[in-house]
Amino acid sequence: MRVLLAVFACGLRRYSTYRVATLSSIVVNGVFGAVNAMVLLAVFDARPRINGYTAEDAVTQVFLAQSLIGITAIFGPPLDLGGRIRDGQVAMDLLRPVGFVRWWLAQDLGRAAFALLSRTAPTFAVGLALFDLALPADPLRWAALAAAVALAVLVGFGLRYLYALAGFWLMDTRGVNAVAWLAGPFCSGMVLPLVLFPDPVAAVLRTLPWAALVQVPAEILLGRTVLPGGAAGGLAYQAVWAALLLALGAALTARATRRVVVQGG
Amino acid sequence: MTSVPLTTPVIDARGLGRDFTRVSGPLLRRRRERVNAVHDVTFSVAPGEIIGYLGPNGAGKSTTMKMLTGILSPSHGRVRVCGLEPSRQRTLLAGRIGVVFGQRTTLWWDLPLRDSLALTRHLYRVPAADHAARLAELTELLELGPFLATPVRQLSLGQRMRGDLTAALLHAPELLVLDEPTIGLDVVSKSAIREFLLRLNTEQGTTILLTTHDLGDVERLCRRVVVIDHGSLAFDGDLARLRATAPTPRTLVVDLAGPADPIEVAGARTVRVEGPRQWLELSANPAEVIAAVAGAHSVADLTLREPDIEDVVARLYSSGRAAAGAPRREDPVSG
Repeated sequence: MRVLLAVFACGLRRYSTYRVATLSSIVVNGVFGAVNAMVLLAVFDARPRINGYTAEDAVTQVFLAQSLIGITAIFGPPLDLGGRIRDGQVAMDLLRPVGFVRWWLAQDLGRAAFALLSRTAPTFAVGLALFDLALPADPLRWAALAAAVALAVLVGFGLRYLYALAGFWLMDTRGVNAVAWLAGPFCSGMVLPLVLFPDPVAAVLRTLPWAALVQVPAEILLGRTVLPGGAAGGLAYQAVWAALLLALGAALTARATRRVVVQGG
Repeated sequence: MTSVPLTTPVIDARGLGRDFTRVSGPLLRRRRERVNAVHDVTFSVAPGEIIGYLGPNGAGKSTTMKMLTGILSPSHGRVRVCGLEPSRQRTLLAGRIGVVFGQRTTLWWDLPLRDSLALTRHLYRVPAADHAARLAELTELLELGPFLATPVRQLSLGQRMRGDLTAALLHAPELLVLDEPTIGLDVVSKSAIREFLLRLNTEQGTTILLTTHDLGDVERLCRRVVVIDHGSLAFDGDLARLRATAPTPRTLVVDLAGPADPIEVAGARTVRVEGPRQWLELSANPAEVIAAVAGAHSVADLTLREPDIEDVVARLYSSGRAAAGAPRREDPVSG
């Protein structure tokens, strides 16, 4: 555990060295959030209520999503693992006396912790300053949101770890990353809340892991969770996906390191 | 095992081999062929040895290193390192060996060198006092002081390599595996690293396995060399015996008073002429040849040049191929 805390701290410190990148992502998240919110406000102007969502709900979800981009890395990267598999640096990671999945998870949690302070909070503040957001008064619901965000980080890591691990078999994960870059924002409910999709499409998207990144935390925040058990049901859904993805990641890691070739001389 | 060896080998490889599947050809008519990257390699390394693992590019050196460190599982044979089976007990083994790949780094690119070195204490569960003492010692020996606070991305190659060596040694490993540790370094850095490795070996008894193309490394460090070529073991023995196995003639460099026709004397053959300087490949006693040359010509200067290990290895490769791959092998530490 001490090891993982130390790796976590290195991950946190490492990302804190990218100051300009952090600042520019806050600007990007804020601007995109505002544009996205204005588009949705226009939509809700025509129909004030869509599948139970109000304009305020939709804008709240938009800013929650923008605030979560950094911490859950909805678009895919960053996880250096993919590049390290490609150029063979992964050999050095395999030569550490620490479990491979845990090494990368601890490092990514460090990155997420930094993103929480440096990106999530400021981006949400931008939304609060510019728009009317639907925020709960119930502290219990905020606590549930905190748990949901933590689980979203785990799901986000689980997905990105698998994208990167594909490199052991594919040699080059740029194709996987391109698909992930599209799937993440659409399937998670970041670009458009899933309630605005046609019902059959939304029903499918709700079964996929990406929904755990934005849609489920947003519904927990808005108190609108459609899953049985309310907020608890939403958290359970996220927890199951996190466990499945991490277990799959661990199993594939064992397989990759047994059968597969580390690149480079 | 019929006999109990006096010392348990640090590395024990028996019939080690690795095949790769190479896919080639157009998309719809892919051909799969099995490539034998390493074939039937047997050698063992006793505690305290420094072994040079040599071979041309593509001979299978890195593949062997990967099997020894557990990041690649062997297709054939078996291997034990520090008594462990590398590919199955990789994480456990990682705690007992130190590995430096000259072209890669374990250091955190964006963080000060000090942070990466501090992390190794937790990674290898080294007691804080031991870690501090060892870090102080290595900092002094490798002169890390001036750049401990510098982010790794700003270090020069030589500084980074010293940082990587430190990171690999802070947990006092029994075996240090070095894959081209001096690649790309200048003469001064190379020499500093060689002297450090020798000290580490003699004072702390650390076993060192080293691959290199730098024959200065071999001559300075390795009493024993293992040569691999085309995936098979071509030689295992001491450096002097390698020279004897693939005899490479000594060269006499003669500086004459002025340009002249190629010298013709018994027991030598002139192989190169450049103005007043001539190179003679010796096949007889140098003293006799020198006397003959000095008697027949006006000599300004003479130098007798020992064959370079590079020539020896090259000769071994070419003769090995000519002899249809019959490996020359002696195994001084087999039990």
